[in-house]
Amino acid sequence: MPLSVEILTPNRLLLQDEVDELNLPGTEGYLGILPGHIAFLTNLGQGELMLRKDGQQRYLAVFRGYMEVNDDKVTVLAEVAEDMAEIDPDRANSARDRAMERLRGGDAQAVDFDRASAALQRALVRLQVSARRG
Amino acid sequence: MPSLRDIRRRIASVKNTQQITNAMKMVSAAKLQRAQDRVLAARPYSQRLRQVLEHLDARVRPDIHPLLAPRDHGRTLLVLVTSDRGLCGGFNGNVQRAAAELLRELGGNDNVDIITIGRKGRDFLTYRRYQMQASYMDLFTRQVAYEQAVELAATILAAYEGKPGDAEDDDYGYPDEDSEAAAGYKNVLVLYNRFGSAVQQVVTTLQLLPMSGHTTTDAEPSEPFDFIYEPSAEAVLDSLLRREVDVQLFQVLLESFAGEHGARMTAMDSATENASEMIASLTLTFNRARQAAITKELIEVVSGADAL
Repeated sequence: MPLSVEILTPNRLLLQDEVDELNLPGTEGYLGILPGHIAFLTNLGQGELMLRKDGQQRYLAVFRGYMEVNDDKVTVLAEVAEDMAEIDPDRANSARDRAMERLRGGDAQAVDFDRASAALQRALVRLQVSARRG
Repeated sequence: MPSLRDIRRRIASVKNTQQITNAMKMVSAAKLQRAQDRVLAARPYSQRLRQVLEHLDARVRPDIHPLLAPRDHGRTLLVLVTSDRGLCGGFNGNVQRAAAELLRELGGNDNVDIITIGRKGRDFLTYRRYQMQASYMDLFTRQVAYEQAVELAATILAAYEGKPGDAEDDDYGYPDEDSEAAAGYKNVLVLYNRFGSAVQQVVTTLQLLPMSGHTTTDAEPSEPFDFIYEPSAEAVLDSLLRREVDVQLFQVLLESFAGEHGARMTAMDSATENASEMIASLTLTFNRARQAAITKELIEVVSGADAL
């Protein structure tokens, strides 16, 4: 019996599908969800969300949010979620370079460290996901 | 009796105005369509979020959370949502009137702090000599961004919880115990135009904080099966409640934005129609005057010939 998955962001319903397996970043590390999973509610971290269906894998980038598993229904409420096909690797690349530049920048006082490293992490997640497109 | 030339000039001027109102109507119709789509697109997320909250409510005791607990003293924070631009019929007038009434009821600036979103609200309250904590203008000229709603919600939440300055909400864990003691406001009310349809906007007062309503006490008792929470039920609840504030505010802004364009479209449609009527009646007057002038000329010619 497959899992029925819904992935939503505040702006849209991104995906609604039946899948065999789901893998995504929780706050305490990556989680794998298979059919028959116990009822579960967690905050999400940021990273790569993988959906497996009939041996095919599909990847999304997700940033913060929640996941509820209840009776083989999975609801992912992400603050931001992007399908691998939507991500522009060039933009992510230049975002990464900019963030690196800022972090490396000499004047440590002037750099908003948290913001720059968050931006760096986001860029890295996007690159990782878009590289899956192959 | 205005001269023929005067009438002709009036007709031209009304036609000009009509072209403008008609163009504005078209633009608003297009914007309304887009805004309406966004309202609909945002709905599933907020519905699911509420469902998740309700599932959670049934299992942990939500009444202990500071965002849910009613407070019996303190000031009120009023958030007034209007548009930045006019020419949208009664859209702004209606909320402004409701705001004035509410402020009178609550005792004005003595008991209420005000945040306005939209230029029209600020102008109105300035004219009425109310003080505002903050006024945001030209926030969304093209469309409402979720990030803007999050930022506003963070400011409001920080004010509500009485945290000084830093509006960053940390996603996990309760706020400090002492920040609750120094709590800022009794409640936060949002006054805005709810989007009914293109022709109907409903002035609505929403109590944003403390939250109520999704404590589903009458729902079936919590199911016996185990739910696992990560990192913990309390942390997830806290973070979900904060998200709910963001989403509610986002919804408010989307609806107000859609309502503005709906109201403008309706107003401009009737303005265009009125212009048509005016042109028709002016044309009639013009033709009558022309006829009268011709008749007069004829009489003159005929009587002139008679006199010979």
